[in-house]
Formats: sequence, structure tokens, C-alpha cells
Amino acid sequence: MRIALFATCLADTLFPAAARGTVTVLERLGHVVVFPAEQTCCGQMHVNTGYQAEALPLIRRYVDTFEPFELIVAPSGSCVGSIRHQHAMVARRKGDERLAARAEAVAARTYELSQLLVDVLGVEDVGAHYPHRVTYHPTCHSLRLLRVGEAPLRLLSHVSGIELVPLADAEVCCGFGGTFAVKNADVSTAMLADKMRNVLATSAEVCTAGDSSCLMHIGGGLSRLRTGVRTVHLAEILASR
Amino acid sequence: MTTFLGMPIPARGDDPPYPTPMPTAPRGVGHLRQTTPFPQAARKALADTQLRRNLAKATGTIRAKRAAVVSELPDWEQLRAAGQAIKARTMANLADYLEQLEAAVTARGGTVHWARDANEANQIVTRLVQDAGADEVVKVKSLATDEIGLNDALAGAGITAHETDLAELIVQLGHDRPSHILVPAIHRNRAEIRDIFLREMGDADPGLTDDPPALTEAARRHLRRLFLSAKVAVSGANFAVAETGTLCVLESEGNGRMCLTLPDTLITVMGIEKVIPAWTDFGVFLQLLPRSSTGERMNPYTSMWTGVTPGDGPQSVHLVLLDNGRTAALADRTGREVLHCIRCSACMNVCPVYERTGGHAYGSVYPGPIGAVLSPQLTGIEDNASLPFASSLCGACYDACPVKINIPDLLVYLRARHVEETQRARRLPSSEAVTMAAASWVMASPRRFGAAQRAGRAGRLLGRDGKIGALPPPLAAWTRARDAPVPPGQTFREWWKAERS
Repeated sequence: MRIALFATCLADTLFPAAARGTVTVLERLGHVVVFPAEQTCCGQMHVNTGYQAEALPLIRRYVDTFEPFELIVAPSGSCVGSIRHQHAMVARRKGDERLAARAEAVAARTYELSQLLVDVLGVEDVGAHYPHRVTYHPTCHSLRLLRVGEAPLRLLSHVSGIELVPLADAEVCCGFGGTFAVKNADVSTAMLADKMRNVLATSAEVCTAGDSSCLMHIGGGLSRLRTGVRTVHLAEILASR
Repeated sequence: MTTFLGMPIPARGDDPPYPTPMPTAPRGVGHLRQTTPFPQAARKALADTQLRRNLAKATGTIRAKRAAVVSELPDWEQLRAAGQAIKARTMANLADYLEQLEAAVTARGGTVHWARDANEANQIVTRLVQDAGADEVVKVKSLATDEIGLNDALAGAGITAHETDLAELIVQLGHDRPSHILVPAIHRNRAEIRDIFLREMGDADPGLTDDPPALTEAARRHLRRLFLSAKVAVSGANFAVAETGTLCVLESEGNGRMCLTLPDTLITVMGIEKVIPAWTDFGVFLQLLPRSSTGERMNPYTSMWTGVTPGDGPQSVHLVLLDNGRTAALADRTGREVLHCIRCSACMNVCPVYERTGGHAYGSVYPGPIGAVLSPQLTGIEDNASLPFASSLCGACYDACPVKINIPDLLVYLRARHVEETQRARRLPSSEAVTMAAASWVMASPRRFGAAQRAGRAGRLLGRDGKIGALPPPLAAWTRARDAPVPPGQTFREWWKAERS
């Protein structure tokens, strides 16, 4: 199939390996990946910080860019959550009913990577090999906005060589929350401390998730404390062999 | 359409911003406003290690209890949907149901009073207590009376209010504030409670231990004297049935039942959103509420009363219907969903922010996720401006809410209203607004975005050993506790251009 990649502004700029991993996995499965160069950002940061008027041009850009494609994928539960749940809502609130209807149609064709692989393409074994001890953090928006459920774990369980260890209190937020991490830095850090404690208790070498943003947060904490545990995006693990 | 409290009810289809600003809860009375912005108040709470431990233990216990009793109901999701639908219908016709309630209560010998705000409600209750010739009242645990600062108002008129709910008693004796809507003393452990009782109760046994049954017995002896002497009781209400005029209180201890039956005068202060249309609606809410709040299949005491029953129980029965900003919330077609709340506290028990900061950081009698969307609507957003931002938007509250209030969406909506109201009121935009506008301008164009990515690569100069340990403001708060990633030498779009096109 021909699949358009929405890299997300964060992965594009700071974590390109997550986007490259997405390309690798999909091409290995025989799909054609295209990267529309007009894409930028889904606008979630603006919406979640209260700047809906400023988010509107970004929503319009997303819709304009991806409207021609039948299937769209992004390596982020949070960005896809925003596209699915907020784009039409913001457009409607700002009085652009036409954009809202178009946004709804494009959002329905936009999938988070694990959901695309398991629920749409029906694949659980992507032929990956990753000989490391790994724990998985289910990010809040993957879990509660997109309801990806077990899809990421099923993909990971088919990776050869992997030692997958469960994370205690996995479904509790890591404390990132976008600008929350800066506006309420102390609360965010307290949440991060508990997440890190649970990650460290697994003795895993790698903490993975489907969102570069949450991983940037967890990884930033693990790095600051020199824990020796690193964060790796799900797409990178699935791309390894 | 008819009006209540002199307020026009907006027709369906009216969109915010509502053209005429509606009166909100007045300043200077009650407990709805933060005095310190949430981030600063939270910082103080986070440093209290005893509080952190008390909260983690208590919320963890109640989360597990709730999960167990919810999972045993196969129709839980249908019950939630039914609760949501009943509340939505009630809000759409609130004025009618309130008038129906007033007529039904009056027909059964009760008296209904309409209070526009906290001051009016406090005046009404004070006058009723004075008319009854009393200088003390016993109180059933009630959020509405705490919201309006009734105890302070009564004290100002020389009337002593005695809290009889065990946790409220602990809070009152400790000269403290409630920090949870169901478990007001959740921030206290039993050793602290023992110390408060010994110091403040007067009639406590000097040999009192911190054994929970011993503490309960001390409270029981202390309260029994009050129950037997009080002439007036003040309560809130969980529900009021419009068709019958029946008021309902759910509780665990039986102390509420004592207050509701022994004194001759009973005054109930109830937010106008608590009305439910019909008796049969109890079938939904009496399943949803106990399981969501205390994690019980059924609460121990459910008291219902309908006006006056001659020769049995209070012979002078009053209902004070409180607005205090609720009509302002109702006027907002999006925001009004907050009025569906049945005050179960499930949202705060699952909230990772609440679990770490406790309730005091929110500054209002309504803390946690629901408080973050309720308090700002009752007071006007600018008086509680930091509360809608006191959430990581993780969504755990929405999943737990028994009437499916979409709290994350309401938080996002109130953030937008705050930003828009600030933009309208100010001539100079805040530095945050400038940053957001600039980011929007950059991101609106792939060419500008690409240029910004290349410029951002200068951040590589800050990197050491593959990480950045200190960023300049406004991102300095990030690197206080976390490293930041060093921008890679090649963005994804550069890689794609080099490899694939």
C-alpha cells in the first residue's frame, strides 16, 4: 500500500530515528512510504496551551497536506490523538465548519504506528531482532485517546531476542503533558520520579514507548541521574534486525 | 423561557462567549479561590513528605476498591451513559425542574429559599437559625456549605457550627481546610489525628491511642452530646427529586442520619445542579455514586426526606437553592458539562497530579481534576487562572468519571478561554503569547520550519556527551530536573531529501 508518513515536528527535528524506523518497518512489509514535504506540525502544543487561533493554520496545513492520501501514519500516539480528537473540534469552535469536516475525514485515515500495523494491516511480527532487556511505557494518549490497547505489546512480543519485562503502574502518566512540564515543572518532576523508580525496578536496559515526547521526558530524567537506562522509540526497535 | 434567580436561561445553540457576562461567585466569601497560583502552592505540598505518603497510601487504597466494585458490574458503561444522559437532560431544562422541585417541597410542608450567591445563602441560613432561637448547629458533611463559608458566617453571628462527619470534625478541630471532597482529612494520618483530638476535643481521654477504633470512639462520645442537644441541623444534599420534592444524603457513618432526624429544624443548602427529574433516576445514581466514591457496592446510610412528616423528625424543614456561579456555567454550552458532577471524587483518586500535591494546592473546596474545571467556572476564570493548567491531560479522570464528564476536553477549553480573555483584555501580549504566535508562524510554513530546524541546530553547541544539561528560559524549568536532547546533525526531512528524492 501507499502510506503517507507524518513524521511529527518533534521526531523530524529531534528524534529522526523514530521516523526513519517507521519508514524501515513499513518498507520491509512491502509498502510504499511517501513523505509529503509540506508537512510541519499537528498544532497540539498550541491547542493544549490554549492558543486555538494560533493552532488553526497548523491544522489547516495538516489537512491540506494529507488530504490526498488514503492512509497516513505517524510515530506518535499523542499527535494522532490530537489529529483525531482535536482538529475538528478546534476548527468548529473557530467557526470553520468546512475545515472541520475535512479534518474529520483526514483524521479517520490517520493512524498511530502500532494501530496501523496491528489493527489495519493485521501484522504482529515485523521480522525485528532486538537482543535487549526492554520495558514498555504505554503513553496516556495512546492508551486513553486512541485506545491502542495491547497492539504495541503484541508487536514487541514478536521481536526476536527481546527480553520484555512488565512495568509497574505502567498506565500512570510520566508527567510530560507538553507545556505542563514547564508550567508545572515541580509536579511534572514528581510524576517523573515515580515513573523512573518503576522503570529502574525492572532492571531494563531500554524503556520504550510510542511517543518521542514522553520518551524525551523519561529519557531526560534517566540521563540526568546517570541511570544507564536509555529510551528508544517503538519504531526503532521494530526496525532493528 | 422562564427564569430563575432572575437569570435568562440560554437557548440551545447559543455559543460561548456568551454575550452578557453572568454573575459569578462573589469574592471575599467562601472557599472557591486560590490565593497562590497552583505551581507555587504545589511546590510547597510536594516538599511535604508525610503528605506525599499519606496521599499515595489513601488514594492507592481507594483506587483499588473502586476498580474491584466497578469491574463486577457488567453494565457499568451503560450506567455511565445513563447517568450522563439524565444529567444532560436535567441541565437542558434546569429551570423547569427547579420550579417543579420548589412546588413539591412546598406542598409537603417544606420552605424553599433561593440564594443568588454565597452571601445570600449565608444570610438566609443565619436568619433561619436565629428564628429557631439556636446558637449552635450540628452539620452533616456538606460541600455547598463549605463552598460558601457558612461556618465563618454563622460564627460572625455568634452561632457555633459543629461538624459531625468524622473527617470534617478532624479538619475543624485542626483549624485546617478539607483537602478532598469525600475524605476531607485525607492529608492526615492517624497519629496526627490523635494529636488533634488530644489538643482540641476537650473531652478526649488523655490515654487516647492512635488505634482507629479508639479514635472513632472518642469522636462518638464527643458528638453524641451534640446530637442530643442541637435544635438545628444544617446539611447539603446529594440529590433532590423534582417530581416528589425528596432530598437525599448518602453517608457512611450515621452521624448524618442523627443530624437529619433529631433536631427540630433542618436546613439544607444545595447547589441548583443537584436536582434530578424523577424518583426512578435513583436507580442509576445509587449504583454509580457509592462505587465511584467510597468503592462500596452500597453506602451504609442513605437518608431521604420529603418535606415535613408530622410528629416524626424535623418539623421545620428548609431548602436553600444555591446558584453562586452555577448559572454562569450553565450559560456556557461547552462548560456546563461540569454541572453533571455528582461529587464522587473518583477523578481525584486517579489523578497523578492530585496524588502528589493533595487538595490544598488547588485553593478551593473542590480540588483535583473536577475542581480544576469547576472552580474557575464558578468564580470566573481569571480568579482561578492557573487551575485549568494543573493537569498533564493524561485522561485518567475521564475514564473514571461515573457520568462521563470529559474533564480533559474541559481543561483544554478553559485554557483557550483564559488565553482568549487575556488577549482581549491586554494591550501587550505576554511572552508566552508571543512565543506561541511565533511558533505558529514558523510552523505554518514548511520553508520557515526547515529554516528554524537548521537554526535550532546551533543548540548542538550546548550539548556535552550527547545531552544538554542547561537550557535558557523559558525552557530552563525543563533542565532543572531533566537533560535535553542534542539536536541531531540531520533532521528527518534532510535525511529523506538526501536518501529518497
